[in-house]
Amino acid sequence: MYKALFFMHPAPVLTVSELRKEFDGVTAVDGISFQVGSGEILGLLGANGAGKSTTLQILLGLTTPTSGKVEVFGMDLNQHRVEILQRCNFSSAYTGLPANLKVWENLLVFATLYQVRQARKKIDSLLELLEIGHLRNHVTGHLSSGESTRVHLAKALLNDPALLLLDEPTASLDPDIADKVRKLLRRIQREQGISMVYTSHNMRDVEEVCDRIVFLHRGKILATGSPAEITAHFERSSLEDVFIRVAREGDQLLKP
Amino acid sequence: MNLHRVGGLILRYTFLYTRSVPRVLEMFFWPVMDLLVWGMLTQYLQTGPYHLPAFIRFLLGGMILWDVLYRAQQATTISFLEDVWARNLMNVFVAPVRLREFFAATFCVGTLKIVVTVAVLAVLSATFYDFHLLSLGSALAPLFVNLLIMGWSVGILTTGMILRWGQASEALAWGIPFLLQPVCAAFYPVSTLPGWLQPVSLAIPATHVFEGMREVLAGQGLSPARLAWAFSLNLVYLSAASLLFRRLFHQARSKGLLAKLGTQ
Ligand SMILES: Nc1ncnc2c1ncn2[C@@H]1O[C@H](COP(=O)(O)OP(=O)(O)OP(=O)(O)O)[C@@H](O)[C@H]1O
Ligand SMILES: [Mg+2]
Repeated sequence: MYKALFFMHPAPVLTVSELRKEFDGVTAVDGISFQVGSGEILGLLGANGAGKSTTLQILLGLTTPTSGKVEVFGMDLNQHRVEILQRCNFSSAYTGLPANLKVWENLLVFATLYQVRQARKKIDSLLELLEIGHLRNHVTGHLSSGESTRVHLAKALLNDPALLLLDEPTASLDPDIADKVRKLLRRIQREQGISMVYTSHNMRDVEEVCDRIVFLHRGKILATGSPAEITAHFERSSLEDVFIRVAREGDQLLKP
Repeated sequence: MNLHRVGGLILRYTFLYTRSVPRVLEMFFWPVMDLLVWGMLTQYLQTGPYHLPAFIRFLLGGMILWDVLYRAQQATTISFLEDVWARNLMNVFVAPVRLREFFAATFCVGTLKIVVTVAVLAVLSATFYDFHLLSLGSALAPLFVNLLIMGWSVGILTTGMILRWGQASEALAWGIPFLLQPVCAAFYPVSTLPGWLQPVSLAIPATHVFEGMREVLAGQGLSPARLAWAFSLNLVYLSAASLLFRRLFHQARSKGLLAKLGTQ
């Protein structure tokens, strides 16, 4: 058992040390440190404005941190951005794809950017995996939000990323599709050993998908642990109750 | 520079422009309208009560070449805005794409579009107004290239401004070329400008292109000095624009604007 765990999480895929981000006057991320092991799914949790998206944007090199260090695959993000991005991917409910292109055209463009071999075959297999094969020739702008979420996920899996960053990937999915997406994420994690950092406001998502949670409050880490450990730590019966407690009493909880 | 990725971006623009009737029409609508107005005007000036010499047709040359500059700038900035409008900016910039690859792709696609537009204008102006763009002979290529480069510099700059100051500065994307138009002597010689403005005008690469065009059309041939001025000024401005863009890009990343512009 110990051995199995050891082999599941050897060297960390992502190491964040003392990360801080200030936007003139506002401290969005306040000195956080955490690691993500190989094949681990880490949930970033916290109320609106806690600093989740900012953290992901820094991990993607879109936003530069005020201080602190990010290492991905053992490389410094600041110095090896392009090499790192080649093996990462990202999906969010808040981005879009060019609306007048067909689904396969959009995916082919990104497959080319990531230099995916046998791109068309890869695209077809991902569309099948996400159960949207029938949308292949649809115009992207005409998709429902749930359909387009899955197209975004297909885009995020094109390059077989070793690290997948997901900002509220299940926002706007109906319960049935959300359930399928959760199971799918679990499955690709099992089969391909992909590490993920995952933000969501859906506690069900987090309980089901995440191995470990980092609870953020006003840019600081309040607690870290498995969903069960976190619920026990805050003396609540569900993650949903923990969330509400943190949102209301977070400031006191932050005090040592 | 990774040509594979440049190819990927070019592929995207190819899909984008061939899938959209308005975008294809836009390539021809305004230039053809402009050509009609200027063509009619030159015809009137030549055959009406004024009987101006045939040289007046250089106005059509000015109009077509101005369009090269304007469209080179637009192609760069609008390509960027297309991603902003589609909320696709983040997807592109979290892909392993370098800035120079991004711009190389917009330059390639922009040049291709401009060549098509100019070819159509050249045929129309030759057919209806007896103005032959090819009469510029071997001077055409260097003049054209200099206008492209200057358009890219302005395009890089306006793109940087939109990145830094948001979509509110989009108006700049449309407006800045027209700030240059009166000064760069597209339709009249530099000597027409007030004395104090002439040095400013001569510091613009396009001025040397338009002066050169008039010289060629007047049968004097293109002086190497003109060309040297245009190329050197272009080199300076393109480098300055790239440096400035890097700065603005850096500021945008530090203020989290790349992500904001990509999701709003
Ligand atoms: N570009 C920016 N400029 C200024 N302030 C910013 C910027 N981006 C984020 N912030 C601020 O930083 C804080 C953290 O924002 P962030 O978007 O990371 O929160 P979040 O945890 O993702 O919230 P949500 O659950 O609402 O998505 C907020 O107070 C926000 O107002
Ligand atoms: Mg967020």
